[in-house]
Amino acid sequence: MDAINLSNKTDWSFIEEVAKESGQNPSLCYQCGNCTAGCPYSHYFDYPVSQIMRLLQAGQKDTILNSKAIWLCATCETCTTRCPCEIDVAHIMDTLRIIARRENRVSEKDIKIFYDAFLDSMKQFGRLYEVGMLLAYNLKSGHLLTDADLGPKVMSHNKIHFLPHSIKGKDQVAKIFERYQNKAKKHG
Amino acid sequence: MAEREYAYFSGCSLEGTASEYDASVRAVLKELNVRFREPDDWSCCGSTPAHTVDHVFAAALAARNLRLIEKLGLDTVIAPCPSCMTVFKKAQYGMTESEAFRNEVNELLDEPYNCGVESKSALQVLFEDVGLDAIAERVTHALPGLKVAPYYGCILNRPPEIARFDDPENPVSMDKVLMAAGVEVTNFAFKLECCGAAFGVTKREMVNQLTYKVLSMAIDSGANCIAVACPLCQQNLDLRQEQVNKTMGSSFNIPILYFTQILGLVYGLPPREIGMDKLVVSADEIVYSRITVEEMRKRAELEAQAKVKKPEKKIAKEEAKTEENE
Repeated sequence: MDAINLSNKTDWSFIEEVAKESGQNPSLCYQCGNCTAGCPYSHYFDYPVSQIMRLLQAGQKDTILNSKAIWLCATCETCTTRCPCEIDVAHIMDTLRIIARRENRVSEKDIKIFYDAFLDSMKQFGRLYEVGMLLAYNLKSGHLLTDADLGPKVMSHNKIHFLPHSIKGKDQVAKIFERYQNKAKKHG
Repeated sequence: MAEREYAYFSGCSLEGTASEYDASVRAVLKELNVRFREPDDWSCCGSTPAHTVDHVFAAALAARNLRLIEKLGLDTVIAPCPSCMTVFKKAQYGMTESEAFRNEVNELLDEPYNCGVESKSALQVLFEDVGLDAIAERVTHALPGLKVAPYYGCILNRPPEIARFDDPENPVSMDKVLMAAGVEVTNFAFKLECCGAAFGVTKREMVNQLTYKVLSMAIDSGANCIAVACPLCQQNLDLRQEQVNKTMGSSFNIPILYFTQILGLVYGLPPREIGMDKLVVSADEIVYSRITVEEMRKRAELEAQAKVKKPEKKIAKEEAKTEENE
């Protein structure tokens, strides 16, 4: 972990924003480290989850929103389950990811491209079209051969549909997307 | 069970790459006389990608489906996929507990959802509603030699405030269901450890490493099969098993079955009906090992008799030895 100069301005409004949106009180964390000890991803995070909590208490917005950790969290809920202060840590990580997305600061581009490909497919057909989503991801991420080795396996076991299945109510689903986007625009 | 009727929400995975989970859940529910109806025209639950965008938006995508179920006049939905189930439970509890949240979600919907639907996993319905006795009663076949590591995955029982089912640190429902069905289970320390499936496509190496740990721990527990209740876990452990072997230099070849496929096998169902042919790591050996409960009993009797005879032989041999020495 890099040294962090705490005399850098503490962003109080950021702490407040996260607390309000997540409904959690970050100052309850006393740094016991239980979350980090149980987190299957600690090894891959640039900042282990307990350090994200400490950075949040110190209002270090930039460090947090530029971190890889918030995108590599899989919401497996181990931290939330084990927090002795009953903080919903996974929900805080989720909220940080939402804010990073909103402010267009995404440290793990591929993960966001994958999520977006999933949502695009859903908006278009009402349900997830697995083949289409993977192709869209491979094109947009530039990793053209991602999981190409799995193709023969799923095909020989007849596990996929090559054509999307559109539902009748796909417009209703698309409207949920539109209403949300309009609302998000209005509230900046 | 006959009077009660559930809704059934298969979800996108069960319609595609996890069709064997769908087939086996339906077959087992039928065998256990669990009645259900499906909402017409259901849509994707939104899963993980939606809750990286916004919590109200994510809940609305879930609530559209809950509203369809509500309109069927049903109050409990069986959602076999833990991802759908968690999203439904989060929407349900969030909207029940906060009026402001409920209003915000309903503003995004064509028709407001009135919070009348509880969601349960297939495991929860079998364990809590059907019960172990009924599960055991239906058994006609045995799988001798099979040792199963019950793998719950990360979100089937967690967080406890949302899942409201079984223990969040040491769940036992799947262990007990399988034991009631006459199947031997192992003491699997990694039964809850996240396999990383959500990042299977984007962070392959990381996920292969996480999966390697889960597979290793299952083998260490003495298992020759892993039972799962999640389409993402299954895909990750089964479809990606060869990737894991390449990345980690391992040589795993362990079948990954949905726990409902195992129930289907001991209920004597035809293997194709429960999608045994869809598994990438072959489970043919398990299928071929299947015998009737009656045969199993005879086999056990013969083994018991053989055990009684053995000591006599030993004594005779020892006597012969002492004679030789003399």
